[in-house]
Amino acid sequence: MEKDEQEPTMSEPTKTKYDRQLRIWGEVGQAALENASICLLNCGPTGSEALKNLVLGGIGSITVVDGSKVEIGDLGNNFMVDKKSVGESKAKTVCAFLQELNDAVRANFVEENPDSLILTDPSFFSQFTLVIATQLVEDSMVKLDRICREANVMLVFARSYGLTGLVRISVKEHTIIDSKPDHFLDDLRLNNPWPELKRFVETIDLKTPDPIAYKHIPYVVILVKMADEWAKTHSSNLPSTREEKREFKDLVKSKMVSMDEDNYKEAVEATFKVFAPRGISKEIQEIIDDRYAEVGSNSSAFWVMVAALKEFVSNEGDGEAPLEGSMPDMTSSTEHYINLQKIYHTKAEDDCLSMEQRVKDILAKVGRDPSSISKQTIKSFCKNARKLKVCRYRMIEDEFSNPSVTELQKCLASQDYSSAIGFYILLRAVDRFAATYNKFPGQFDGGDIEEDASRLRTIAPSVINEMGCDGYELPEELCNEMCRFGAAELHVVAAFIGGIASQEVIKLITKQFVPMLGTFVFNGIDHNSQSLTL
Amino acid sequence: MVLMDAPQSKSRDLDKLLLRSGNLVGPGFFPGTDLRDDIREYVRVLVVGAGGLGCELLKDLALSGFRNLDVIDMDRIEVTNLNRQFLFRLEDVGKPKAEVAAKRVMERVSGVEIKPHFSRIEDKELDFYNDFNIIALGLDSIEARRYINGVACGFLEYDEDDNPRSETIKPMVDGGTEGFKGHARVIVPGVTPCFECTIWLFPPQVKFPLCTLAETPRNAAHCIEYAHLIKWHEVHGGKSFDPDEPEHMKWVYDEAIKRAELFGIPGVTYSLTQGVVKNIIPAIASTNAIISAACALETLKIVSGCSKTLANYLTYNGGEGLHTKVTEFERDKECLVCGPGILIELDTSITLQKFIDMLEEHPKLLLSNASVKHGKDSLYMQAPPVLEEMHRTNLSKPLYDLMGRVEKDTVHVFGTALKNEEKQSSLTKLRVVFKEVDGVADMDTAILRVNSKRKTPL
Repeated sequence: MEKDEQEPTMSEPTKTKYDRQLRIWGEVGQAALENASICLLNCGPTGSEALKNLVLGGIGSITVVDGSKVEIGDLGNNFMVDKKSVGESKAKTVCAFLQELNDAVRANFVEENPDSLILTDPSFFSQFTLVIATQLVEDSMVKLDRICREANVMLVFARSYGLTGLVRISVKEHTIIDSKPDHFLDDLRLNNPWPELKRFVETIDLKTPDPIAYKHIPYVVILVKMADEWAKTHSSNLPSTREEKREFKDLVKSKMVSMDEDNYKEAVEATFKVFAPRGISKEIQEIIDDRYAEVGSNSSAFWVMVAALKEFVSNEGDGEAPLEGSMPDMTSSTEHYINLQKIYHTKAEDDCLSMEQRVKDILAKVGRDPSSISKQTIKSFCKNARKLKVCRYRMIEDEFSNPSVTELQKCLASQDYSSAIGFYILLRAVDRFAATYNKFPGQFDGGDIEEDASRLRTIAPSVINEMGCDGYELPEELCNEMCRFGAAELHVVAAFIGGIASQEVIKLITKQFVPMLGTFVFNGIDHNSQSLTL
Repeated sequence: MVLMDAPQSKSRDLDKLLLRSGNLVGPGFFPGTDLRDDIREYVRVLVVGAGGLGCELLKDLALSGFRNLDVIDMDRIEVTNLNRQFLFRLEDVGKPKAEVAAKRVMERVSGVEIKPHFSRIEDKELDFYNDFNIIALGLDSIEARRYINGVACGFLEYDEDDNPRSETIKPMVDGGTEGFKGHARVIVPGVTPCFECTIWLFPPQVKFPLCTLAETPRNAAHCIEYAHLIKWHEVHGGKSFDPDEPEHMKWVYDEAIKRAELFGIPGVTYSLTQGVVKNIIPAIASTNAIISAACALETLKIVSGCSKTLANYLTYNGGEGLHTKVTEFERDKECLVCGPGILIELDTSITLQKFIDMLEEHPKLLLSNASVKHGKDSLYMQAPPVLEEMHRTNLSKPLYDLMGRVEKDTVHVFGTALKNEEKQSSLTKLRVVFKEVDGVADMDTAILRVNSKRKTPL
């Protein structure tokens, strides 16, 4: 039995407390969280709720930046302030609450307005792993984005505005080995068995007279054998046309002797695995063809391994990535199953050894220490080689000045996206409004609301034109609702948006699962929220 | 312009939704201070569950203008709760969740009243549930959801045109999470599908075939379940297995290891053993926060009408990118729970005892040990003994008389039903219609007609 994970570094009680989340991201993921330092800008409910979820999960350290004092209105939307704290620093109050939530977290606060900090002390942000910037206006977003991009600090924007809001990641590049997709085809290679697997399959007689043995032959064996027989009579090809596939499936079905042969039922259902195209997916091909795969001395471990993968695929892999090595459960005698498992394990290990050697050679070639990438990392890479992901995010200012034409056209043409694009534009329009009138539309009661609504309608086109979708008409209802919202930060919306933001932070820091792409635009009216990748 | 000097209101942000008219709002939305104040004073919300979702729900509702909340949960706090159930601390371990949760929220949000109920949901009278305007569910089991759904839909009445009577509609908001996935849904009995109408949404739980466990185990989970489900009974006879008893769990783990070694199967760990035996669902704070927030938002919208509502099922998946989807499911008009009720046609002479016996045979019910309720009147109760004795005399009386000699009415029956080979508590609504003796025979009551004897004159 192999022990894949590092020796646990956690004490038993801590391990128990985090049990339910360790089952998701494991101790390696947990260690990454505990080593991270997060900066929060503005601790209204959006930011506070985002941080709460991270603190509960054991994040390493948090720094809350907010220059405001607790007001009475805050008592109605922020769980982390109370009556006693009215008049006190909001950052200090929220920080104290969060510290109490988990004393393993190092909690600090800075009493300063984030917009000023961005202008006066950009170097402040370099010390953090990630910045969560909440409730920032357009202008500050652009400035902060430049700072964090330069300093290589991950950035997540989150905003709540009435019943709408947004979340947007901004990182130059985020590579993922352990992407943990929900559904992913197993790597059984029924369409491309290697010699050892073929040899094993040959030792088993499908035509065994013993009915018990007959129904305990695993479908892997059945299908490899039958695919081989088919290839012999079809000039070494696998079933490819619709008719051939049906014929093959019927052939498998015809081998069933009695109704209780689950192994044959599974074989019939798994025939598609025989027809699946061989080799690596288009997505993985794109990754190994990426210019970053041409590695130099500064390349990250990920890209060095991708370079090794590229070599592997063209050489001993013969078009395939390293074998993943595990088998799904299937009806089988224990003996056959265990033996098959060994064969898959062995090949996976062999492929991994090849990869290891290639990685070492590449590192040496670019002048790096050949042992600087651990065996464990390479092993994880091999296991996940078919599931690698690379996420790249445009800078905010690029998105603002030059949104993707194809994506825009898609949004404008589709009913599903109409409220999302509307709110996206309005969230920027209200910032321009604020820059001109020193308040958000509808922020204060009274006759102003009507006037603000018409002003907002006049300002919105400037955003629309800049985005290059002249002629787009903002639905009047949406515009009016935006004024009605009056920049309110409702607790439930903040909790939703903050929740999403915290989840993206976790994925970014643990480097597991796949972070969202684009800007998530929240629609709290009918929950028809959408992500826009502009 | 009295902007800066106006006395600040706690509901500074909520007021924008509740006091201002809007465009995309619910039917019957009357913005104003009356609405806000009515919500504060009169609206009562029940939160079912004080765990991962429940804690978030209580906070969210308290900060959404609701002042009168109740929370019910039968569990005590455990250490493994602490990574997400933020109202609890290490020193609270062992205390009832409902009580600690209520206390903590009241400490932080002044003006809110939360009444905790440390009890099982089945132990509450139906009237208890009827006192609330809306019920928010933060549960972790299908059975519990089904139960509350049955109760809430049980209040629903239909008029002669089979339209739901609005004053009997008890809306529910239901949330569920698992890892990075979750759902939030709105249930308005008689209008949207109820939980039962869409029961097919929940896939059946994975059960390993017995022969795999007994003869051809292949992976660690098989070895564990063998120890848990087969070996335990072989060795411990009648003693039932308690997953919360560390010694029991350790025993299963040791046996699973032995079996795994016997078959050469890798992978049995203590953690996996717990996971398989207890069916542990991985859980994190963020997903719970997201789903609860969605539920609380819908609660606010349903009660106030301040915006249109979710129609009617939201799924969320944050594992591979971020995906939310809204699906509008349709009601099943034949639904046994939220529909007008299973039609039962009876002779006026049928006794209550006969009726109860019939329920056991009825193909759609298969209900044994039935208690019968007609509106507020209990006609017969199986338990507790004191009440059983009190109602025993009703058994020999005609149901028609007991129901006040009305031609038709709704009756609720509660007992043990056989569903998917498992016995479960069940609450069902029946539409009882009394026919004249020479009226048309109904397939459902065919058995009854053969056996019935007229006891009272026409």
